Amino acid sequence: MTLLAIKNLSKRFSSGGRRVAAVDDVSLTLEPGETLGLVGASGSGKSTLARILMRLLPADAGSIRFEDEDWLALSGADLRRRRARMQMVFQDVLGAFNPRATVASVLDDPLRIHAIVPKAERPKEIAALLDRVGLPASYADRSIREVSGGQRQRIAIARAIATKPSLIVLDEAVSALDVSIRGKILELLVELQEERGISYLFVSHDLAVLRAVSHRIAVMDAGRLTETGPMRQVIENPQSPAAMALIHAVPRLVTEPTEGPYRDV
Amino acid sequence: MRLVRHLVRTPEGAIGLAILAALVLVALFAPVLSPGDPLRIAGRALLPPFADPAFPLGTDRLGRDVLAGILHGTRTSLAVGLAAALAAIAIGLCVGLTAGFAGGLVDEGLMRVVDAFQIVPSFLLALAFVSVIGASVPVVVLAIALGAWADPARLTRAQVLSIRERDYVASARVIGMHPAEIALREILPNALPPVLALSAIIVAAAILTEAALSFLGLGDPNVVTWGSMIAEGRNILRSSPSLSIFPGIALVVTVVGVYLFSEGLTKALAGRRLEP
Repeated sequence: MTLLAIKNLSKRFSSGGRRVAAVDDVSLTLEPGETLGLVGASGSGKSTLARILMRLLPADAGSIRFEDEDWLALSGADLRRRRARMQMVFQDVLGAFNPRATVASVLDDPLRIHAIVPKAERPKEIAALLDRVGLPASYADRSIREVSGGQRQRIAIARAIATKPSLIVLDEAVSALDVSIRGKILELLVELQEERGISYLFVSHDLAVLRAVSHRIAVMDAGRLTETGPMRQVIENPQSPAAMALIHAVPRLVTEPTEGPYRDV
Repeated sequence: MRLVRHLVRTPEGAIGLAILAALVLVALFAPVLSPGDPLRIAGRALLPPFADPAFPLGTDRLGRDVLAGILHGTRTSLAVGLAAALAAIAIGLCVGLTAGFAGGLVDEGLMRVVDAFQIVPSFLLALAFVSVIGASVPVVVLAIALGAWADPARLTRAQVLSIRERDYVASARVIGMHPAEIALREILPNALPPVLALSAIIVAAAILTEAALSFLGLGDPNVVTWGSMIAEGRNILRSSPSLSIFPGIALVVTVVGVYLFSEGLTKALAGRRLEP
């Protein structure tokens, strides 16, 4: 059963009188437990696509089926309730949290809103979530401003898995992180996927990252999907100019193809 | 609490806070410091200041104690100033939050109303309001608030417009938070600091407006205010200038105190934001 099916999705923005197609007739699908890497240069529309998918932006045309529901037709309380199934991790580890929040309040919100566990058990669940993403439970009392970037991204992941979603959209989720932390976060994401069967739509401009976690890769250029295929095929034998350009931008991928999971250099 | 520490560390904030604290104490303990009705005739008329220990600042034309008037006037000035500013900030926050958060036609409509209130001089508005409805403390408060809410409304709206595009608002939507909760819990607290800094200026302006209304005889006649005391003394300004000077000094000290406090608050808020 297909988890997510995007069909002919389009979105235009007006800028200075010109109409720019940010997303142009994009169709793609995602299976349960699968990671689709969505790659493209800056301005190729991949983040816009992610935000439309999260219902943060309205689409101009097209349809999205998610868990056998017309995702774009949901609204109001229905949409808010169904949002539990699709979560997102943002790129900006600083901006994705209310600066006044504590770690506990960040994780408490989704648990409370979706009534995941009874109120009395929430502190325990928060501790379990922190533990799952590799942070000590004592972090719960800290202000979000007191934790480092990598730890914040772990908290963002904990927040995303709190509602037990079937799909998490990762919008450049490791791009802002130190290279030494990046690999550990990616490992955590892969572990969670194996454990809970979560699907990822991993949006990134960095093929090296996508290569480490993706099953399939979709390449976007100027709002259009130029190429979709299994990860190895797209990286080793790119068909579209956009995909070739992206691969050439990561020279070591072409010159020294290595096996195994992503490792930091 | 951390904010207070930052505030006290700036010289403006420390002095402003000290002045305001002293004024609040005077206002609270005015009935203890000078018992009885400050408007009653207490002694010989037109006693000069520093002559009789019973009336350190002298008496006015009707023999009312000037010091008692100033002490009790502190209550009126601070109460009216704070209440008017509070009302103005409350209205401004609601309007600004609604306009910024709702956007579209609601935003347009509310902002044109704000424009209208910003164009009319606020003192004229208060003057007209009080002379039509009649002078009493609640009416004066409302009249002053009516002319002062537009600035905080505009500032709040600008803050909300900037904050609602931040990722943490997006992530609140992603976890399915209700829009009302997003507005009140995610946006409002973060939009507040500059509006709070503005509020001190509004308090100072409100105190001055109240004094001006009283000076023109449009204050509440049943309470003593600095403005009405200055107006009283105006008639005999040449022979007994002290009758106008003392309440004038009280007014200046209060407004300067509020301004210094606001200056310190602005600096403290800015300093706090620089910290990680």
